[in-house]
Amino acid sequence: MSSTKFILGLFDDPDVMMEGISKLQKNSVPIYDVYTPMPIHGIEDKLGVKPSRLGYAAFMFGCLGGTTIFSLVYYFLVHDWPMDIGGKPAFAAPNFIPATFEWTVLFTAFGMTITFFFATHLFPGRAPRVMDFRATDDRFVIAIDAKGNIPHADITNLLMEAGAVEVKHNDRKYVSYE
Amino acid sequence: MKTHNSFDEQYQFTGKVKTWSLVAIVIGVITILAGFLTNNAEQTFDNLLLMGYYFTCVCAAGIMFCAIQYAAQAGWSASLIRVPQAFGKVLPIAALIFVIIVISGLFITHNVVDDAGKSHITPYLYAGWATHDLHVKGSGIYDSLIAGKEGFLNIPFFLTRMIVLLGCYSLFGWLLFKYSSNEDEVQGMKYYNKSFIISCVFLVIFGFTIPVFAFDSMMSLEARWFSTMFGWYNLAGLWVSGLSVMTLVIIYLRKAGYMSWITVDHMHNMGLFMFAFSIFWTYLWFGQFLLTWYANIPEESAYFYRRWEPSFKPWFWLNIVINFGAPLLILMSRDSKRHIGTLKTIAIILIIGHWLDYFQMVMPGTIGAKEHWYTEIGWIEPGVFIGFGGLFTFLLLNALSKFKSLIPAKHPFLEESLHHHI
Repeated sequence: MSSTKFILGLFDDPDVMMEGISKLQKNSVPIYDVYTPMPIHGIEDKLGVKPSRLGYAAFMFGCLGGTTIFSLVYYFLVHDWPMDIGGKPAFAAPNFIPATFEWTVLFTAFGMTITFFFATHLFPGRAPRVMDFRATDDRFVIAIDAKGNIPHADITNLLMEAGAVEVKHNDRKYVSYE
Repeated sequence: MKTHNSFDEQYQFTGKVKTWSLVAIVIGVITILAGFLTNNAEQTFDNLLLMGYYFTCVCAAGIMFCAIQYAAQAGWSASLIRVPQAFGKVLPIAALIFVIIVISGLFITHNVVDDAGKSHITPYLYAGWATHDLHVKGSGIYDSLIAGKEGFLNIPFFLTRMIVLLGCYSLFGWLLFKYSSNEDEVQGMKYYNKSFIISCVFLVIFGFTIPVFAFDSMMSLEARWFSTMFGWYNLAGLWVSGLSVMTLVIIYLRKAGYMSWITVDHMHNMGLFMFAFSIFWTYLWFGQFLLTWYANIPEESAYFYRRWEPSFKPWFWLNIVINFGAPLLILMSRDSKRHIGTLKTIAIILIIGHWLDYFQMVMPGTIGAKEHWYTEIGWIEPGVFIGFGGLFTFLLLNALSKFKSLIPAKHPFLEESLHHHI
């Protein structure tokens, strides 16, 4: 049995690669993922990638941030140590708004960054997982899970016919582990 | 997606829209006449001022939209730029109507009895500074603060400013339209570059002078009060209401079978704009409120004190709910910005919301508080609103039907706009 885990089709042109995707889809070859050095419009629809849920995470983080600071300020300035500032009532709600706004933004920004790191397995100090190094440079890579997708030679032929400049049979999923 | 679009198709202004816009104009005219005949002259004048200002601002927002697209060298909007161009073409008429309202409001006078029982000749509009006796020592209502502002707030200078500013905006709107229609005849970057320069010049002029316009038209209604935030606050209101009207017009045109090249992605952008600038409007609204509330200086607080009276307070809060809460919650998700029905609803909500915002600016300082909050808006308000709505629809669609084509076919970024994708 072949030890190939992933078949990678490397293209040097995004349009050729898009046609390559169509060709694979026409031949019912499931595509594992596509890696490109730059964003390509319409590729999500073509691959059927689910819309990102990052926005929902952002909303939740924002709500969390707003609630946190509002509760804190309320505890400090109304409950624990009410002060007379300029004759205003202790619960001077309009004054709380700027801080609430800022913390909402802060939590949203940090929360989204952490969520993104978490979802993409990126983290400071960790080697990023890359299936092919040139996918971050000048190659557009279509990755096909080799398991269950046999014969491999047919897939290779399809990719070559579609205009791939190189087809790789990788034994390891990622090439970038230290 | 349709790939073949007819770029030569002209908009035909006929049928139901034409009938209904004319009906709305008639309703408006009847309301105004009835308002004057039933002894409600002052309230009618205030409503005319409100809607005249709203109408002018929406048209000016169209020019601002065009100018921003050119100055930013934006590509996505090239295929819908004819709609805001039509707004700009209506501005001269809107400005003319507004100036006529202001002039008649300043020169048609009535007698108002002061606290001491003395009668004073007072104009219907801008009575806070344009009443002659305010500037006369010993007249009984002499106001040293208002008299001190006479160098700026006097009728000739006031009208000159208004006419010069509106004329200037109209001129730029016309130039942008002219360059764009010239571009249709000749290929190349010549007219695009011209539009770019004129847009930059316009944005500088507009940005610095629109606060002056807002100070004159709205803030001087309560001449003793001032707020430096007021100009930007009005600019934000102008921009949001303009974008909402624009969205509504584009949705209408698409529904009527025109502009088949406008995709849901363009509408998504309009939704983004409405969402973002509603937040911006709230930011400025709250900025003005917070500073006034926190500083609590009597001459500044008086403004909010009047809006805090029982007959205005519900409207005051409703204003924030519909202009901030509604767009924030409804337009936040991506899906709702891509759903035409939702966009239409929120555009209508925002148009009414910003009418209420202007209502808050005009009424408490002019006609004043009435007995109940629900009698504050009577039959004159919706009547005049419908009238101006009809007038705007009629003039705008008429201007659109004059365009040879609804798309600038030689616009250098047209292809980008036709393939716009987010």
